[in-house]
Amino acid sequence: MKVEMCQDMLGDLSDYLDGQATEDICAEIERHMTNCEDCRIVVNTFEKTILLYRDLPQPALPDTARQRLYQALDLEAYQPSS
Amino acid sequence: MNDSYDEAALIARIQAGDKAACGQCIEIHSPAIYRLGLRLTGNEAEAEDIMQETFMSAFKAIDSFEGRSSLGTWLYRIAYNAALMRLRRPSPAMVSVEETLSYETQAIVPKQLFDWCCLPEEDFEDEEVRIELEDAIQELPESLKAVFIMRELEGLSTAETAVALELSKGAVKVRLHRARLWLRERLTPYFAARVESLEV
Repeated sequence: MKVEMCQDMLGDLSDYLDGQATEDICAEIERHMTNCEDCRIVVNTFEKTILLYRDLPQPALPDTARQRLYQALDLEAYQPSS
Repeated sequence: MNDSYDEAALIARIQAGDKAACGQCIEIHSPAIYRLGLRLTGNEAEAEDIMQETFMSAFKAIDSFEGRSSLGTWLYRIAYNAALMRLRRPSPAMVSVEETLSYETQAIVPKQLFDWCCLPEEDFEDEEVRIELEDAIQELPESLKAVFIMRELEGLSTAETAVALELSKGAVKVRLHRARLWLRERLTPYFAARVESLEV
């Protein structure tokens, strides 16, 4: 990351990958990437990072914790069977 | 969050003291509230306590709920405040407030310039990578973590996250962007080592 242009591009990167950047900004980023190897690497690894964490499995609520929640709220009689 | 039910009717029933409606609210929202607590604290027991505190506080204060946000967003807000109370509890493992603020305010400039996208796809899918990702998320600076979890892992919109965390929408966008940059920076040495081990 050496020049101001790289910093500008970096600031727009989330908008670019989320499809929220304007056409002009998208074109500018794509043009910049063809000439800047460092930024191309950052964009690729930034995008891959997003894809990886979006694929993470969601932790499940343990049944025992759910049961204790109903007990703590004195709502055991209203707990559906799991 | 499950939006395919009549939320206004459910809230009215809870406000009227209908305990079955409280149970329904728990069934809909408790998994997400537990996940938020777990990812904010990294501790299952703390996550369970946060979940219990959230529903106790919510049912006690339900008469004051005015419907300016969805019920889910309101619960997230209560849960986040409950987690924050715990995270600010003195603990040797905690980072200082100064450190947290400096993380937040400093520009995150990419220093790790190694292209690890060339790794075979199956290398991204093993259990070790999943654990590394979870560890990296756990290590996110506190000021970025809640925004990241709500926006990226729980799927709240920018506006919903802003309401839950009492931030502006602009602040949510900036913090999410910084969290993503921080994670890329944090994960690059790990994946670079994996690429290098393949090349040996």
